[in-house]
Amino acid sequence: MAVVFDRPHALVDIPMHYCPGCTHGIAHRLVAEALDELDIEGRTVGVSSVGCSYNNYFYFNCDMIQAAHGRAPAVATGVKRSLPDNIVFTYQGDGDLAAIGTAEIVHAAARGENITVIFINNTIYGMTSGQMAPTTLLNQVTTTTPYGRDAKEHGNPIRVCEMLSTLKGPAYIERASLHDIKNIKKAKEAVKKAFKVQMAGKGFSLVELLSTCPTNWGLDPLESLDRVKNEMMEYYPLGVFAGKDLEV
Amino acid sequence: MGERLLMKGNEVIAEAAIRAGCRHYFGYPITPQTEIAHYMAKKMPKVGGVFLQAESEVSAINMVYGAASTGKRVMTSSSSPGISLKQEGISYASGAQLPAVIVNIMRGGPGLGGIQPSQSDYFQATKGGGHGDYHLIVLAPSSVQELYELTVDAFNLADQYRMVAMILGDGVLGQMMEVVNFRDEEPIVKADKSWAASGHGMKREHNTVTSIHLDPAVLEQWNIALQDKYKTISEKEQRFELYKCDDAEIIIVAYGSVARIAKNVVQVAREEGIKVGLLRPITLWPFPTKAFEQVIDKPNAFLTVEMSSGQMLEDVMLAVKGRKPVHFTGRMGGMIPKVDDIMAKIREIRAD
Repeated sequence: MAVVFDRPHALVDIPMHYCPGCTHGIAHRLVAEALDELDIEGRTVGVSSVGCSYNNYFYFNCDMIQAAHGRAPAVATGVKRSLPDNIVFTYQGDGDLAAIGTAEIVHAAARGENITVIFINNTIYGMTSGQMAPTTLLNQVTTTTPYGRDAKEHGNPIRVCEMLSTLKGPAYIERASLHDIKNIKKAKEAVKKAFKVQMAGKGFSLVELLSTCPTNWGLDPLESLDRVKNEMMEYYPLGVFAGKDLEV
Repeated sequence: MGERLLMKGNEVIAEAAIRAGCRHYFGYPITPQTEIAHYMAKKMPKVGGVFLQAESEVSAINMVYGAASTGKRVMTSSSSPGISLKQEGISYASGAQLPAVIVNIMRGGPGLGGIQPSQSDYFQATKGGGHGDYHLIVLAPSSVQELYELTVDAFNLADQYRMVAMILGDGVLGQMMEVVNFRDEEPIVKADKSWAASGHGMKREHNTVTSIHLDPAVLEQWNIALQDKYKTISEKEQRFELYKCDDAEIIIVAYGSVARIAKNVVQVAREEGIKVGLLRPITLWPFPTKAFEQVIDKPNAFLTVEMSSGQMLEDVMLAVKGRKPVHFTGRMGGMIPKVDDIMAKIREIRAD
């Protein structure tokens, strides 16, 4: 019997702890498929961050390092500068990357550090139960914006891809979405391209994946996918923000 | 015979690190230790190493965390306020059992404080510094020669015990120039690094470097393993110097540059007919309690001298265990105790 669909080797065969309808599992699979298809699992070192995906070192089969909150790009810098021939990626959520870790991501990008960043944007802090994130949309209700995010009170949400693409360091920045099959396929290509950019030594690559958090949004899984499409994509448009013409 | 050179303390630390096989340095400028970064910036590219000026102390220590996770010898250096910023990363590295060398060339605090020498980070260095139950191996050089030797030792100890080792110096040591005798070859200890996250090459199970264990039973076991390691180190790695303690009626306890001043006090006092000795801790953690057991019978009193409000004083009292009086004198804020100040205190103790 021909096998037409299987678990990627780079993904460990254990149940994940993520909530039903959460897209972390899809994002993990896309990373693992890229490691398999590019045949780089054996020389890849991943850096987990702090948030719901803190323990994804249980799920990825490559060597993994768990980093302090927001510091994954600095940790990855230390790894890449020690092992320049290895492939190094971070996997970070929006609180980790765009709030407490803003300095680390901006400077890793500015240096053009030859690492790949997988950035999960679900507009909320998941692990600590639904607080406002730097990416929380205006009027969005969270446990720390119970009356909705108000620009005057809480500031406006940060668009990470747009912000980082003003720098000269990044070689490739793309925002993709995980809300339907068509977009997941596009996201897969983006993730794979980001790793290929690193393999070619082109410099910093980042893929933002618009993701869901049904539990903390108070929506069911399907409503959550609709929210990504109908609300998030308006403020966070999909597309390539750096390296449009980059061939790898 | 190795090279014999006149060098500045900070530069010797950097040179020693390179000789010890360190090829990765991450730092951020701060007085009075920045010459370490200058030296690394010049030398590292010539030996195939990495010098990287980070965007902050926080990033620098996390770059150290990353490099250490791959099993490479790595160092960062800073001075007091910068070391405070590094505490998060030091706690994580201690939790993840990563070997690394951290240099603190202390200046006066608290807060931004000043840039003159101080020893007021003793508590921070020896009692943990960051969150959680952990220790660093803390080495306190007292000369430029010792900055060299103890920096090499720090890399060996860090690798051997899979933990962070700190060189705790002060602005005097960092800035002073002295002759240093280099060895032709360093005594480099080769440690097992099979735990490192460096790519498994499809040849072994994947390695994980982490400090998180959400199951409290597992985390407790992890802590017990750390404490067992610290116990072994306390038994095996205490270092100290005893100077003219055999017949001393008063034994000064001092480390680092203050121990140099205290040695002068020993001479001056003896010329006056007062028998004074010096107990100099070289490891501040583990604190050399064995030194006190060797000398405890003879003196009438101990005198702790520090450039702080009396931080090591507490460890001295714990080591003396009430068997003899323990006195203290010190200066703060970047002021350095003078021989005359210490002599005055000695006369006061004798007059009591």
